[in-house]
Amino acid sequence: MNDMNRSQPINERYKAGVIPYKKMGYWDSSYEPKDTDVIALFRITPQEGVEPEEAAAAVAGESSTATWTVVWTDRLTACELYRAKAYRVDPVPNRPNEYFAYIAYDLDLFEPGSIANLTASIIGNVFGFKAVKALRLEDMRIPVAYVKTFDGPPTGIVVERERLDKFGRPLLGATTKPKLGLSGRNYGRVVYEALKGGLDFVKDDENINSQCFMHWRDRFLYCMEAVNRASAATGEVKGHYLNVTAATMEDMYERAEFAKELGSCIVMIDLVIGYTAIQSMSKWARKNNMILHLHRAGHGTYTRQKNHGVSFRVIAKWMRLAGVDHIHAGTIVGKLEGDPNTVQGIYNVLRETRNEVDLPRGIFFEQDWAGLRKVMPVASGGIHAGQMHQLIHYLGEDVVLQFGGGTIGHPMGIQAGATANRVALEAMIQARNEGRDIWNEGPQILERAAKWCAPLRAALEVWKDITFNYASTDTPDFVPTATAAV
Amino acid sequence: MMTNHGSRITQGQFSFLPDLTDEQIIAQLKYALSQGWAINVEFTDDPHPRNTYWEMWGLPMFDLKDPAAILYEINQCRKAYPNHYVRVTAFDSTRGWETPRMSYLVNRPKEEPGFGLWRQECEGRHIRYTVHPYATDAAEGERYR
Repeated sequence: MNDMNRSQPINERYKAGVIPYKKMGYWDSSYEPKDTDVIALFRITPQEGVEPEEAAAAVAGESSTATWTVVWTDRLTACELYRAKAYRVDPVPNRPNEYFAYIAYDLDLFEPGSIANLTASIIGNVFGFKAVKALRLEDMRIPVAYVKTFDGPPTGIVVERERLDKFGRPLLGATTKPKLGLSGRNYGRVVYEALKGGLDFVKDDENINSQCFMHWRDRFLYCMEAVNRASAATGEVKGHYLNVTAATMEDMYERAEFAKELGSCIVMIDLVIGYTAIQSMSKWARKNNMILHLHRAGHGTYTRQKNHGVSFRVIAKWMRLAGVDHIHAGTIVGKLEGDPNTVQGIYNVLRETRNEVDLPRGIFFEQDWAGLRKVMPVASGGIHAGQMHQLIHYLGEDVVLQFGGGTIGHPMGIQAGATANRVALEAMIQARNEGRDIWNEGPQILERAAKWCAPLRAALEVWKDITFNYASTDTPDFVPTATAAV
Repeated sequence: MMTNHGSRITQGQFSFLPDLTDEQIIAQLKYALSQGWAINVEFTDDPHPRNTYWEMWGLPMFDLKDPAAILYEINQCRKAYPNHYVRVTAFDSTRGWETPRMSYLVNRPKEEPGFGLWRQECEGRHIRYTVHPYATDAAEGERYR
């Protein structure tokens, strides 16, 4: 490859001092990314007076080889190779002073199979860089050559369904409530009732670890009693996501081993444990035939605002590489942030074998997943049986629908709450398969099932008016208007 | 007697609904065929949740595209094993799946005694659990009479 710095003689390029990044070789509008390049798409808001190409070059520089001044030691290396190249800048539609910058990185910049290394480059220093007012990592293309260095999900959608013997419908879950204060014995009661009533899974919440009101061993023991009792009461495989999140890897391994000894089919971790810990737990799960559930605790601090941070679709890609089996990915209709197109884009990243460019859904690159297993998305937060047609319409059938309040808050009790959800789900899948238009006929389909199912009747009555109709903050800036919130 | 919803085993994707009529089964078969999936019929008298390999009623019907003809096979199986569990699965052979995409029961024993839960008490409050179908106390083929 030629020196990127074609416009000036070598001796000028390496003269001590400060020169623009663009002139240091981090901008090349004629660069054509190689199939093996990692490509990142940033949304850049440059500081006043900084032209977009220079800002893009600065981001490329700071996320690869550059420091703020010229260093002669560059010349001891094949530095053209190690420099990231900003090669395209487009204004963001309808967002003044924001630009989409495409930056390519050579494969050899990254350690095989390491999310920590990938992210230390791509989002390492650069987000605090003064030349940009704000910066967001919108999307990434991971080349197949790099994908193949990751193990990916230990179980994946296909094998999870085979292990659970559950096909053709979304899985049903719930998070035990209240989050805090239940003793192990009381906690297990919620788990038993919900599973016996018809759910497939119950779940610890993200901040249930080992507090004074319930130590983790106690919780694990009572939850497994509940899981096994419910399995015997229904003839189905059941599970409870035992959260093994803890202060150290040693603690997490200890908890995970205990969950395995007790016969749990699934353990859970929180995103806040960090990328390396997630990859370690993924290896452990693979070795021990365990499904690995990831709660995305903390992501909203950096994924939600569209001008700064990291979009969740990128986090989803990293987590598929890192290797989790479940990940919370949005509900569209529930209480938490989620524009329909954006959420569907994230689901596609998790579930498809190959993503095509899909700008309305925020997907800027083709992405070949090269046989990496599929991650089961989890929809959790403020959803209830009355929205079943909308949930299936938007999210499809390979998803865990988690109704926490929508199960435990049922007026006739937790079992009835679970039954209402399961009946609504099965009735809706049956109707969809029969060719009914569930988007429009959904409410009638539910009403008809409610005629013979009292728990569903009660659920529809209690939650009929509950919607969370707020504008989304994170919407793709390609189509002029976001899809309507529900 | 089982004490859960419907007092019956809830395996399969439609166990919480009233038993499917022949017409409803045909509709589900049409859906599977429209997706290009192959229908398979299986039966068992051991409903343990981890009993994966039910007996096959012939080979999966890879080349049969007529829902009425498939329903005929289902009914033949139900006739031969009126007091067994019979399930219909739909197999997807496309890359990335290669697995069942549907699974639902179309026949059950008249009475379903359910399962016992055996607990082996070990050290440290540890319990080893075994889910045991009461029906399997009798020999294969002599259950659910």
